[in-house]
Amino acid sequence: MDIPYTVEVRRDTGLTNGKIGIWLFLASEVMLFGALFASYILIRAGSPSWPRGDTILNVPLATFNTIVLILSSVTMVMAWASLMRHRFGTFRIYMGATILLGFVFLVVKYFEYGHKIHLGLYPSSGNFFAVYYTLTGLHMHHVIGGMAVNAWLWGPGAKLWKTNPVWFTNRVEHSGLFWHFVDLVWIFLFPTLYLL
Amino acid sequence: MTSDHASMTSDHPVDIDRQVRIYITVFVALMILTIVTVAVSYLHLPMAMAVTVALVVAAVKGSLVACYFMHLIAEKKLIYAVLVLTVVFFVVLLALPVLTHSNGYWIDE
Repeated sequence: MDIPYTVEVRRDTGLTNGKIGIWLFLASEVMLFGALFASYILIRAGSPSWPRGDTILNVPLATFNTIVLILSSVTMVMAWASLMRHRFGTFRIYMGATILLGFVFLVVKYFEYGHKIHLGLYPSSGNFFAVYYTLTGLHMHHVIGGMAVNAWLWGPGAKLWKTNPVWFTNRVEHSGLFWHFVDLVWIFLFPTLYLL
Repeated sequence: MTSDHASMTSDHPVDIDRQVRIYITVFVALMILTIVTVAVSYLHLPMAMAVTVALVVAAVKGSLVACYFMHLIAEKKLIYAVLVLTVVFFVVLLALPVLTHSNGYWIDE
């Protein structure tokens, strides 16, 4: 049986099922990260002392990663815009750039974590590092998940463009919504963990 | 590809060229605000002021991403309804530590 309302809009919701589905998922994601942010506030406010992030963490590296993620959001939305303009080749370039930028983010994260571990700073090294590893670790897993979906849409999943371009365009838009959300989370993680 | 492809694509029968120009403008704004966030941190403002500035700048950046990259500026009512509900629960969630704090429960422990 075909999946209903992938292309045509449902009359009652005014949306495709994929669109409402991804937004409901993102709503649950807001609660997941919200719970962790609330925990961070609670732990930090209850702590007798708390180090400023920039005295422990590498701000230039994190700033670079912030720029990388924002840039990847632009390439992601341009990938979708390319499909809207019926330019599949351009889509491939922008989507490829998005995946590559995600990879750059992970490489920087690898060096950042590696340096901390080399110094013997683990999640068990105190409340600051417990919060730091939990929040950035969960975010990093979201980056990996987003990259996996984008890689599929860039590669084997792109076959759909030939048979049902509208459905494929919608899939890219929905994957993009997730990717932008991951960027949005980082926009809040960066100042609250690294700069304050 | 059919010429009505763009108009068929559910929710965005819009002028894509204009959209792309907006994306570039938003990108520039996000870059400037990132520089502002980092620059302000070097001023070593008092903590309350630093938190306020950092969160306001982050909120502006987040809103730009949500409104333009995620197309929330022109979305269907049902999506807004879902998000309003999410915001309510999110605020309650963030308020819980504050309420606990005012009771002094975990401070006195």
